[in-house]
Amino acid sequence: MKFKKQKISGFGKSAAYALVIASLAGAPGNVYAAKELNALVWCDHTDPALIKPFEEKYDVRVNLKEYEGTGAALAIVEQSQPGDWDVFVVDGVDVPGVVESGLLAELPQDQLPINDVFDAVKMEDMTFKDGKMYAIMEKFGYNVISYNKEKVDPADMRDLNTLWSDKYKGRIAVYDYYIPLMNLVALKMGIKPADITADVLPKMKEELFKLKENSVMIGDVVASSTALAVGEADILIGGGEWAVSVLSAEQPELDWVLPDQGGMLWSQSLAVFKDSKNQDLAIEFIKHVMSPEGQAALATSSCFWGMPANQQAKTALTDQQRAALRWEEQAGFQANSHRYFIPNAELDSQMLDVWTEFLQH
Amino acid sequence: MWTVAFFVLPFVIMGVYSLWKRVGNKLITEFSFGNYENFFAKSFLFESLTNSLEVTLLVTVISILLAYPLAYILAEKVPDRWQRIALIMAILPFWTSYLVRSYSWLLVLSEGGVISNFLLEIGLTTEPISMANNRSATVIGFVHFFVMLLTLTIFANLKQLPKNYRKAAQDLGAGPIRTFIYVILPLTLPGIMVGAFLTFVLCIGDYITPAILGGKRELLMPQTIMLQIERRSDFPTASSLALILMTVVSMVYLACARWLKLDRL
Repeated sequence: MKFKKQKISGFGKSAAYALVIASLAGAPGNVYAAKELNALVWCDHTDPALIKPFEEKYDVRVNLKEYEGTGAALAIVEQSQPGDWDVFVVDGVDVPGVVESGLLAELPQDQLPINDVFDAVKMEDMTFKDGKMYAIMEKFGYNVISYNKEKVDPADMRDLNTLWSDKYKGRIAVYDYYIPLMNLVALKMGIKPADITADVLPKMKEELFKLKENSVMIGDVVASSTALAVGEADILIGGGEWAVSVLSAEQPELDWVLPDQGGMLWSQSLAVFKDSKNQDLAIEFIKHVMSPEGQAALATSSCFWGMPANQQAKTALTDQQRAALRWEEQAGFQANSHRYFIPNAELDSQMLDVWTEFLQH
Repeated sequence: MWTVAFFVLPFVIMGVYSLWKRVGNKLITEFSFGNYENFFAKSFLFESLTNSLEVTLLVTVISILLAYPLAYILAEKVPDRWQRIALIMAILPFWTSYLVRSYSWLLVLSEGGVISNFLLEIGLTTEPISMANNRSATVIGFVHFFVMLLTLTIFANLKQLPKNYRKAAQDLGAGPIRTFIYVILPLTLPGIMVGAFLTFVLCIGDYITPAILGGKRELLMPQTIMLQIERRSDFPTASSLALILMTVVSMVYLACARWLKLDRL
């Protein structure tokens, strides 16, 4: 009995230690030494090739907390103490909302390579407020078409209409995110994403239903990319470099292209929390990520690839990496791409209803 | 206190949330049943529930049909000294990550997967086939997991049955089939019901398996709930859907408890 009691007590202690360690690991902040930086990031920032050089240069430990969706990140921030977080990777489309919420610190424009950023992703209307800069775009790409060039005719992939024909029926995967996908459907219909209104939704629903008949699956980032990689699908609508370029060495048959009707441009940005107690270090981190070497590492992260926002990263990328990112076609792609159309609350709700109906159809 | 803090309080908060509304980025804290009305008015939301119920019932029935013979063989035919090893084999799937198991099934069922290649190899098909990304794949993934759960509950029930009952039935002239139908099966119904209820609850609330194996060809209730949170942070709608799901589960629990005349399962 005594033995049993001791065992339970030991287990209790272990559990308590585990809880303490887990809570320390999950909650960043002031319990650590000063030389730590806490960043809320997307998975592409967890690649040691990006983080290690910074840690070594500044003799600092970067604590990374991965999140998916700005809503989830803001919930984490809400549940933390002011000053817990230093750096924030924000989805490009959500930057104005986060700036508006007053969470971000002003960034020093003169210390960041804003002039080297591609014009298409400077997006100063989103990153600036009252003449002050609150975020800088670090990486971007497209929601367009990824495909297996051994299974489909690459020329067909430049025309969105092909995906609605019978030619590739049952061979298409659909990326499950209603905003870029419905924006792509609008482009297929000859409507600019910014011109989407409630009036076009019935027609858009018909187009989506037709697309569903041709599709083999609808999935999130991982599921839809996997479908293409394992041969379950030959085409991924809504895909892009983010879905296939990371596999360019192992599966060179996977490729992507922006169709002639246009594509959707996604972007992600870097910002510093206003309440950060490591403002200077956080700025240095942003400078590191925005440097040509940092940009190359971020662009070719083991999680997913994307175009570096800083054009100077070109020389830090290999020929193979530039080819996988279709660097030479960027001018045309950027000119023929649109930012995500963010509808007002009512239209957003209607669009999500149409998308849910599409999934349920 | 524990129950109040971790069940009653979150439940009340969810109930209050379900009566609010989200418009754009704002939470409208006026009480209304709008979210519940929407659920019944919008057929694609209501279909999530019917889809969930169909899949769950199918999984439960198939799992019982597969688990019962397995549990019976384990309890009656396998020598006692091998039963422990057999049970460990039965619970091995529980030791694997749920995600890994679902993705493994995807690789087995997908085009170019194990089954497709095998059928091509033996000449039964000439083209690669895919069995993934549909309701059947979801059901297969679920059944693989829940057969073992049901096997354990039925096995435990079978082991508790005194051997004398079978002998008494045989003494009274009943053959093996009549003994099974009129003695063993009725006495193992509690084990079946407990396992079936656990299967029902775990299956109807599962998000991972249908998301990976179902290919989102249709939406089940947990996926519809996640869609509200993931894309629009619409916690009020998500809360109302979660409470509807919880109501269904509670009704099934009450039905099970009443049928078995058990106050506590």
